[in-house]
Amino acid sequence: MTVQSAIRRHGALERVLAAHSWVVYVFFYAPIIVLVVFSFNDGRQVSIWQGASLRWYRQMLQDDALMSALRNSIIVAVVSTLVSTALGTATALALERFRFRGQRVYDGLLYLPIIVPEVTLAAMMLVFFIQAFDYIGRLTGSTPNLSLTTIILSHICFNISFVTVVVRARLAGLDPSLEEAAADLYASRWQAFRRVTLPLIMPGVLGGALLALTMSLDDVVTTSFVSGPGSTTLPVYVFGLVKKGVTPVINAVSALMLLASMALVFSSLLAQRGGSAAKARQRKKEKKA
Amino acid sequence: MAGKRRALSETDAPVTPDLERSAIRAESRRGFLLALPGYAYLVIFFAVPMLIIFVYSFGTRTATGKTLLGEWNLDSYQRLFNHFVLGILWRSLALALATTVISLLVAYPFAYYIATRGPRLRGLLMVLVMVPFWTNFLVRTYAWRLILGRNGPLAAVLGFIGVNEPRLLFTNAGILIGLVYGHLPFMVLPLYASIERLDWSLVEAARDLYANGWKAFRKVTLPLSMAGVVGGTILTFIPAFGAYIEPELLGGAQTMMLGSFIQKQYYAVSDWPFGSALSFVIMALMLVGTIIYFRRGGRTA
Repeated sequence: MTVQSAIRRHGALERVLAAHSWVVYVFFYAPIIVLVVFSFNDGRQVSIWQGASLRWYRQMLQDDALMSALRNSIIVAVVSTLVSTALGTATALALERFRFRGQRVYDGLLYLPIIVPEVTLAAMMLVFFIQAFDYIGRLTGSTPNLSLTTIILSHICFNISFVTVVVRARLAGLDPSLEEAAADLYASRWQAFRRVTLPLIMPGVLGGALLALTMSLDDVVTTSFVSGPGSTTLPVYVFGLVKKGVTPVINAVSALMLLASMALVFSSLLAQRGGSAAKARQRKKEKKA
Repeated sequence: MAGKRRALSETDAPVTPDLERSAIRAESRRGFLLALPGYAYLVIFFAVPMLIIFVYSFGTRTATGKTLLGEWNLDSYQRLFNHFVLGILWRSLALALATTVISLLVAYPFAYYIATRGPRLRGLLMVLVMVPFWTNFLVRTYAWRLILGRNGPLAAVLGFIGVNEPRLLFTNAGILIGLVYGHLPFMVLPLYASIERLDWSLVEAARDLYANGWKAFRKVTLPLSMAGVVGGTILTFIPAFGAYIEPELLGGAQTMMLGSFIQKQYYAVSDWPFGSALSFVIMALMLVGTIIYFRRGGRTA
């Protein structure tokens, strides 16, 4: 007896569950749709419809501060993603494939940046940088300032954890006999990694990198604590605009941000599908052999 | 073939305990070196900052808003018991709990429905959950400000069916809507994962033994999906408790939550020792709570 037939015994319950799920999906998507619709609103009022126009998109493109915030966001996201993906992947390999001293402590330390509330992490970063800069200033005579660098350093901190968790999950589900087979065939450790392990964990690495990219592009709290003058990122800039008083330009920016993040998700889904297709191909080959 | 090679090498050079130990040591060193860059990074940029705010929490705020280190005291910790601070703590706790309970009640039947579809539809339905989850959080919260705003879309819909819109924006209810919206996917994902791999033959067995639907659910399905309930609760409660964006955008002056209160200590009032004490206590509470909850959840699951 299958799951479906077990549940179909209760036609009414089934219908209630279906209706409930539809309502949840409406709840998930309504804000996104409302936002996109209102970004084309002609009026000055942000949430009262007054006809369609592209004027807020045009005005957005002329906002220099906004464009520079966008540029900063991209720099921060790309650099922090590259560094944290490299460090996180190495960490996942070390924790999953080796036994070494201090491993348990590291394992615990890794989960902390995920568990700790965001504001706490932000406060820690701010106090740390100010204290460190004060120390550097006394030592060298010139005190550094909060800048894009401090934002990047903070983002790497929480992203290492996210990348490690994702890559580790992938490694844990991997059959170690494949790597052993490579070793038995006299592959060096590096060759076994390059030719066997890395291709197999690639979907995990890409998934982790995408998560890191999203986290970095999304972050408001930590970034607003450690950004200096002139180093605002897009979300922090938008957050400031919203707090100051809402202008319809925000709707246009927000709609574009939504669009960009959706494009990212879909490309990652495609990449993962590519990954599982490669796996299926491999399986087929194994069967043939 | 592998076995043969091992057997050969064993006869060629018997592995002495000494050799084996040094091989293990080399292996351990290799693992450590691989982990070192990430490890060092987290020690410098996470463990040390944690230590620093712990030290700061015993410092003194001078009249100009600078922090004086050296005259250590417990003033900041004593001020945690001030009734204004306790009020904010209480509101944050209540809103986070409400968020978790509502999310659980909404997400369980939802995840159950998805997990009991055919494999293809299931995948598609989960992608539809993931898309809003991955899109920009700030922007999605901001959208609620539009929806709940005066004369906004919600008021229009409610007016159409003849209901006056209750005031939601800038109230606790507004924050709660934003919190549930933002954290619902965190509840759905672990629940879905645990319901999807549930052994349905056990539910069938219960039904065959004449348990009614509700009883079968309570005695079999729910306990078997407990891991998802525990995971989802933690993933929802922790970020909701420290939430910053939702209360800032959807709440008002009367509905301050902990996140905003801590932020104020660093910016508006520059009371770093007090901000540090608050941050540290919350972090400790979260950690201890998570460990206890996981231990107990692990036992019941």
